[in-house]
Amino acid sequence: MVNETTAQETAWAIASALPDPEIPALTIAELGILRSVELMEGVITVSITPTYSGCPATEMIKGDIETALRDAGFSAVAVRLIHSPAWTTDTLSAATLEKLRAEGIAPPHRGQAPHCPLCGSSAVEQIAAFGSTPCKSLWRCITCREPFDHFKCH
Amino acid sequence: MSAICEVPGGNIAVAETPMLRWVLAYADDALILGHRLSEWCSRAPSMEEDMALANLGLDLLGQARFLYSHAATLENAAQPALERSEDDYAYRRDAPQFRNALLVEQPNGDFAATMVRHMLYASFADLYWRASLAVSDPAIAAFAARSEKEIAYHERHAADWVIRLGDGTAESRRRAQSALDGLLAFADELFETEADQLPLMAAGAIIDPARLRDAYRHRIEQICARATLSLAWPRWHQSGGRQGRHGEHLGHLLAELQFLPRAYPGASW
Ligand SMILES: [Zn+2]
Repeated sequence: MVNETTAQETAWAIASALPDPEIPALTIAELGILRSVELMEGVITVSITPTYSGCPATEMIKGDIETALRDAGFSAVAVRLIHSPAWTTDTLSAATLEKLRAEGIAPPHRGQAPHCPLCGSSAVEQIAAFGSTPCKSLWRCITCREPFDHFKCH
Repeated sequence: MSAICEVPGGNIAVAETPMLRWVLAYADDALILGHRLSEWCSRAPSMEEDMALANLGLDLLGQARFLYSHAATLENAAQPALERSEDDYAYRRDAPQFRNALLVEQPNGDFAATMVRHMLYASFADLYWRASLAVSDPAIAAFAARSEKEIAYHERHAADWVIRLGDGTAESRRRAQSALDGLLAFADELFETEADQLPLMAAGAIIDPARLRDAYRHRIEQICARATLSLAWPRWHQSGGRQGRHGEHLGHLLAELQFLPRAYPGASW
């Protein structure tokens, strides 16, 4: 007989450590995509929330979770999408924001233009509102002349 | 309810309750406009704009998917044997079964026409999803919260371009004005209300778009003033899309969108 609490905790540890496909420096837990892991009638049920409606990574994350849990010996796994409450960048922790910055991605700050993640300058300009992924816009630092991604407020 | 006969891979017969008609109307708006934007892929005026249009299209596709899944949940709850999925609504209905407003099926035209069309849609959708934060179903309210944030970006992007083109060169201004003159008659259809949906609106399940029209007109007027474009609201408007009466453009769009699943029913990858 499997200890239910242990199974749930093990599954959470595995799922929460999975990297985001588009920002591998961060885990899906740090990004607030992973909502819960529960053992329901013998099935490990993982709830995730989509970031942007059109984010193609959601399907990939779903597949990554199923694969990782099956590889760890969980035979019955279900991943479901939770829409309420809606995902927002407001819940990202200070540590997560700093990890983003260290990756060269200017973190979101509501109501504020980003600072250059490389030199810290506030003299920056937007190149494109839609960058390499739906969650990012493309900017340029006027001080150090480097382009950088900005994780948009959402 | 009488048994519905459906051929595998053929058209589905949707039992259209007032709620389902509402879901499909807004899902179809998002799918058809998202598909139109995808037609720009590799053809946009610049690399940044190519990515922007693809991202806008992806947002709309994602919004459509949520709403189609919701439609499937509603239909399956009433008739589990249907086993509806989101794909059935996108791929297994013909033009007269689509409920999108005529605005979104209009051809891309030039870049100015695409941006004016997008401004006319996004200004509406931003107001509509923001108002929909207050609907009774928490899943729809959360969907509205996410969609509103996305569409606010769409509106800003489209408005920036309309202003830039209108207040730009003589050529860009001529094209923007011509696009506005041609598309303005499609805007009012977005505010049509169907009589059998009024009880749902009264109950707070969905939002009546008609109450947003004044705010919408004000927004469009402000953008056009900044773009130095002349704007005259037409006395009549194009109508029929919500009832399934479409122009010839939708059939061609669906021929491309639906070709694969029609030719190979049940294909997946
Ligand atoms: Zn810098």
